[in-house]
Amino acid sequence: MANTIDRLADQVRENRIWRSIFRSGTGESNLHRALTVQQNVFLHLFSVKARKRTLEFSATWYLGALTFGTFLILVITGILLMLYYHPSVPQAYADMKDLQFVVSSGVFLRNLHRWSAHAMVFLVFAHMFKVFYRGAYRPPREFNWVIGVVLLLMTLLLSYTGYLLPWDQLAFWAVTVGSNIASAVPVIGAKMRFLMLGGTAVNANALLRFYVLHCVILPFAAVVLIAIHFWRIRKDGGIYSGESPAEGDAK
Amino acid sequence: MSDPKDFVAVVDSDVRKTPRRIAFITKRTSPQVHVKDEERVMTYPEVFFRTAVAIEVLAILLVIISLRWNAPLEGLADPMHTPNPAKAPWYFLGLQELLHYFPPVVAGVLIPGLVVMALIVIPYFNINIEAEGLWLRDKARRLRVFGIVVVLFCIFLAVFDVWVALVPTLIVAAFMLLAAQTPPQTTRGFRGWLASKPLSFWIMTWFLFELVVLTAIGTFFRGPGWSWVWPWRT
Repeated sequence: MANTIDRLADQVRENRIWRSIFRSGTGESNLHRALTVQQNVFLHLFSVKARKRTLEFSATWYLGALTFGTFLILVITGILLMLYYHPSVPQAYADMKDLQFVVSSGVFLRNLHRWSAHAMVFLVFAHMFKVFYRGAYRPPREFNWVIGVVLLLMTLLLSYTGYLLPWDQLAFWAVTVGSNIASAVPVIGAKMRFLMLGGTAVNANALLRFYVLHCVILPFAAVVLIAIHFWRIRKDGGIYSGESPAEGDAK
Repeated sequence: MSDPKDFVAVVDSDVRKTPRRIAFITKRTSPQVHVKDEERVMTYPEVFFRTAVAIEVLAILLVIISLRWNAPLEGLADPMHTPNPAKAPWYFLGLQELLHYFPPVVAGVLIPGLVVMALIVIPYFNINIEAEGLWLRDKARRLRVFGIVVVLFCIFLAVFDVWVALVPTLIVAAFMLLAAQTPPQTTRGFRGWLASKPLSFWIMTWFLFELVVLTAIGTFFRGPGWSWVWPWRT
């Protein structure tokens, strides 16, 4: 049975149409495995081989991968939530109630998005401290550390802008507290706050701005930065493997 | 290459694979030199498979959490009715706790700005890259500087009544002193481990400690008017 499935899979992969899309072809050899990674526009962000030691759980606790996992969950659930959401006052809140009482699995969808968002913030912090305590920020990885710090800020902004969208008391006042801090910036504080909220208080304009930031601008920026972050792991010689003499052969 | 000392000589002696050779590595080049080979695996399938399993486990966990606990949803936003206390999302509650003690320009702008700056510059200081034990050299002078900085900082915190930030500072300082008291030949056990830790480790650990304590206090121990409450009594 397993043989039949393997043969069928091979037949599909040897098919002309398949080969025109995925050029790596079939086979168990390391060459094919290498081509699978190298010839794929997304996968070629990663190196073809990895040091075995860096794959041990203790090396990374897989925190970076898990952070990316939460990001994927958030993108998927976020797109689904966008189908039920209007960024206007007070319709936004009514949509929350619709998710609760009308939409199939609406509550689950919102729960998964919310808890994944909290998990992502937590995991980004955990990832940062793990990288620090491993000393993995050392050259030649210093700029990837900087990109990581920017991604931390991106994550906080994504979470913060998403916080307003349900338009309930919790959302409104949390964002009011936050935006008041922005106005404490010397000289440009009030202007910054005005730009952020589209007005002098948290209102319908602020909701729309946060929606656009949350669903378009920040995710796009995050995706670009994540791609660079991953690609630089390869360029900087793979995942840091400690005080190893075999460090840093960029591919 | 104006400075003739700007290189080190490395001998690769694995004669089975490479002829004996000498490589000159200047300080400017990244250390891209094989001294010995390390075991490697193919990214596909090994790395992708492990990563997929890790993400799967997390996804299952999050699904279980989402089935069990509902995301909070309060009443419709009402600008006329301020909840007491009005709290920011949990990851900003450390900052909100600081806002309780310092003016907004300090707690809301200066401190987070400095934290971000400090995080960014970490890999650009050689002291963080060499990561030598803090007390291994120049101990007397370093102890003096350490003492002055800690005392001044503690006075500063006490003046502003920031006892919640003072306690973690004192605990970390105590461990630093313990590390300083460790005889230099100790390399094993907890004290040997402490003694090997560089300055960046201590600062980051202090920061992590403060972050956790301030966030936990802002989340669980603050009630109406930002007054202190015990979470188990409400």
